[in-house]
Amino acid sequence: MRKLWHFHGGIHPEERKTCSNTHPIQPAGLPPRLIVPLQQHIGAPAKLLVSPGDKVLKGQKIGQAQGRISVCVHAPTSGTVTAIGLHPIPHPSGMLDTCVIIEPDGLEQWCPLTPCEDYATLTPAQLLERIREAGIAGMGGAGFPTEVKLHPPRYDKVNTLILNGVECEPYITADDRLMRERARDVVLGMEIMAYILTPGECIIGVEDNKPEAIAALKTAAKGTRIEIVTLPTKYPSGGEKQLVKILTGKEIPSGKIPADVGVMCQNVATATAVYQAITFGRPLISRITTLTGEHIAQPGNFDVLIGTPVNWLLAQVGHQSENTGRLIVGGPMMGFTLHDLTVPITKTTNCLLAASQRELPAPPPAQACIRCGMCEQACPAELLPQQLYWFAKAEEFAKAEHHNLFDCIECGACAFVCPSSIPLVQYYRVAKGKIRQLTQEQEKADHARERFENRQARMAREAEEKEARRRERAEAAAQAQVSKREQTTTEGSQDKSAQIQAALERVSAKKNPDNDVSRNTAVAAEASQPPPDLESLKKKLLRAQDKYDKMAAALEDAKQHNSDRVEALESATVSSREALAKIQAELAAHPEHKATNVATPPQGPDIEVLTQQLHKAEEKLQLMLATLDDAKANKPETVEKIERAIEKNRERVAAARQALSEARNLGNNETAQPPAVHSRNAVKESP
Amino acid sequence: MALMRLTSPHAQGSRRTADLMRMVILATLPGLAVMTVFFGWGNLINVLWCSLLALGCEALVLKLRRKPVLFYLRDYSALVTGVLLGLSLPPFVPWWVSLVATGFAIVVAKHLYGGMGYNPFNPAMVGFALVLVSFPVAMTTHWAAPGALTGGSPGFFDTLAIIFGNGSAMEIDAYTMATALDVYKHEISHNTAAAVTANPLFGSFIALGWEWVNLAFLAGGLALLWQRVFTWHTPVSMLLALSAMSLIFGWDADRFVPLPLHLLAGATMLGAFFIATDPVTSAVSNKGKLVYGAGIGILVFVIRAWGGYPDAIAFSVLLMNFAAPLIDLYTQPRAYGHAQPKRGIKEAGE
Repeated sequence: MRKLWHFHGGIHPEERKTCSNTHPIQPAGLPPRLIVPLQQHIGAPAKLLVSPGDKVLKGQKIGQAQGRISVCVHAPTSGTVTAIGLHPIPHPSGMLDTCVIIEPDGLEQWCPLTPCEDYATLTPAQLLERIREAGIAGMGGAGFPTEVKLHPPRYDKVNTLILNGVECEPYITADDRLMRERARDVVLGMEIMAYILTPGECIIGVEDNKPEAIAALKTAAKGTRIEIVTLPTKYPSGGEKQLVKILTGKEIPSGKIPADVGVMCQNVATATAVYQAITFGRPLISRITTLTGEHIAQPGNFDVLIGTPVNWLLAQVGHQSENTGRLIVGGPMMGFTLHDLTVPITKTTNCLLAASQRELPAPPPAQACIRCGMCEQACPAELLPQQLYWFAKAEEFAKAEHHNLFDCIECGACAFVCPSSIPLVQYYRVAKGKIRQLTQEQEKADHARERFENRQARMAREAEEKEARRRERAEAAAQAQVSKREQTTTEGSQDKSAQIQAALERVSAKKNPDNDVSRNTAVAAEASQPPPDLESLKKKLLRAQDKYDKMAAALEDAKQHNSDRVEALESATVSSREALAKIQAELAAHPEHKATNVATPPQGPDIEVLTQQLHKAEEKLQLMLATLDDAKANKPETVEKIERAIEKNRERVAAARQALSEARNLGNNETAQPPAVHSRNAVKESP
Repeated sequence: MALMRLTSPHAQGSRRTADLMRMVILATLPGLAVMTVFFGWGNLINVLWCSLLALGCEALVLKLRRKPVLFYLRDYSALVTGVLLGLSLPPFVPWWVSLVATGFAIVVAKHLYGGMGYNPFNPAMVGFALVLVSFPVAMTTHWAAPGALTGGSPGFFDTLAIIFGNGSAMEIDAYTMATALDVYKHEISHNTAAAVTANPLFGSFIALGWEWVNLAFLAGGLALLWQRVFTWHTPVSMLLALSAMSLIFGWDADRFVPLPLHLLAGATMLGAFFIATDPVTSAVSNKGKLVYGAGIGILVFVIRAWGGYPDAIAFSVLLMNFAAPLIDLYTQPRAYGHAQPKRGIKEAGE
């Protein structure tokens, strides 16, 4: 006798299995129309292989598995593809999905199959490929591709292979009847799986409320190493995590899969599908579905073609549609309600429950939670459902996660026992959904921020590189000029050269008193070149000056607002100042400019320079005023400082103006000062 | 007819909150019956009076809060509060003390905190503690003497007259007596255990009448346990902690109340099975309930042995009500698939 472990909690809901398990499995028949969804499994939908009007044979592949996690889809009978398009599928949300509509021709003509008498002649890899091609996905409810599951990640060794024949949900008896009637198929299917996985032990777990199934399996498993283990009836013993615990004593770590502890669970119906697929080459085109509930006149288990419309199927068993309270796909604990009965039966539809109002009445209005703790005693995951309920209700998601919300398997035991009729599972579903949504949004926001930061960094880098390139080019050009001039120096007149030298000395004395001699000579050499156009030089100077001023202002602004651009701006300002100085030197060295300089009285300051100084001071003042406005709005603590600076600047402007007017009086070559500048400044200064 | 669109689970167990409350009320009946046998009609009248007041206050507040009155009255929670108060108050306490206690319990301790399920403190005990500190004389001198010692308890109408104000002080004195716990606590300071227990108040067993009252409440509590209305954790840990404290610190019967008197006199069993087990105000996990119950047991002994009050259920329960949320943070069970239980609380953004 095998030692069995216990899992915490669990409940004993009324089983109501005898409604449907007393009759043998019957074929459901051929409906006038089959609706085959391309995705009946977890993973990528199958790729469509047919088009409307095509003739298909029974078992012909109409959807090709694509991607790692996917399975193929086959025509359940021979006939014609009449349409391909969106059709409601059995899903809690009532969503539509791509389905192939087939009109049967009634001939049930099979496509050519590739049977295999002895699976041992094939390699495990070949077997897995056939299982994938046969379209087998977990038939217990989740529909995970069986071939993928039989490949444990990293090829972890599976020590224990478990077939799940627990069927702990009330009402459902599809696996019960299957085990009773096709025990041999179950055992042979398990042997194929065991051949692929080479596990240490093979167990079929069945609840003790199915004695006939246990007896049939024991007979069928005689002579094999498969052990049939009887479990005490308790919901949810059939949950994968709970079953693993009961049979092995191991717990699947949170967020992991059974393979991580060397265990694999497969459903008994999946095992028969594997057997059929390998031995006879038959793809998965039908399954056993329980039709039960008080509103079904002839409840029982039926061998139903995949794609059979639910409404047609219900009509075959005398469904009284007018008073049915709810129509549930799956069992009363974890199933979901249907509202559109045109949906098809899929590979995972194990039960249709047409319940009367009497057997599953509408829930009474929820009362306050009194933290009675019944839910906690029932929770198979050993959570604190009452606390999770509070956190979910208050949207305290961090606390809910801390209380292991995501270990909830939504078995419904808590809501079942809740004396206040609180729809607890619904609260958990909503909380999980919201947390997932928030996580996604957070990830998106993080990505966006990262992208933005990267872009900023890239732009700064590019600007720097551009500036460096520009500087290199300018230096190269200057050097080229120098070498060119060196060739032509001798041609320059001695007299002119002396004049230039004098002017240059004067200018450099005025502008750069600490300039060294070498520089002066370099400039002298430059100046001796055939002079560039004076006008363009002046323009260049103005532009450079303007640029420098803007840079300086931006830098100041950045400094005041603690911007992180300060460093970049500083280097830009420095290079701009260098460029400006260079142009100024060039201009000063220009023969024509020198001529004008010479023409003006030497003691009189340059009006041009003075005007520019005034401009500069005025512009600076404006910027400061703007900064002041900004500071008043945003940074009141810096206002005083800025005001002081403005006052100083005003004095400077006034001094510059004074100097300019004096210079104008002195010099006769007065250029008209644009009055607009003055008036504009006056307006600006007034506040 | 349209099909219902509901999420799982679709099946539901049959037990409702009202059923739980009704079971609690029924389970107090043996204790109430024994009280009536030994101490007269006082407690029964108090229970009825407090229940009436509780339902009245509940209905009034529900009306003011614009809640469906009948829907909430039918959960019997107010009735439970009334019954527990009626059982806790001294049998001959004047009617207005019950009024203050019940009114405060329902209006302030329950509804001002949000109503059913939201109250952090046990409403009945809040009401009891309020009148205990506000009206100490009424609360300590109106305990009924066992009928056997006074030549029979007063009749039903006499009791009614005493409670509702027409009984003379002389008459009350004839029927009242300090409780056994009170007497022992005060006389043991200048007397030996043998001399103290010679008082007929202690009867031949432990404390005349009280031992049977406590055993009746124990029986009622065990019935609730059997019916799985609550788990064993709180009452068992409370009684064990009280016993342990008594054996460790109060082993000397010449100085302290002895263990049998601790367990079977006063409100010990009522407190352990009917008051400490109030789910709303206790810790939630099984581990938490063990800590919570032990805390009550320890505090009961501390207050009885070294405090000013002969009994201490109300204060102990209220103090542990304070601690319950904190206990919850550190007694989470280990969830399936986790190596360690989680502890504390995760701050948002952590």
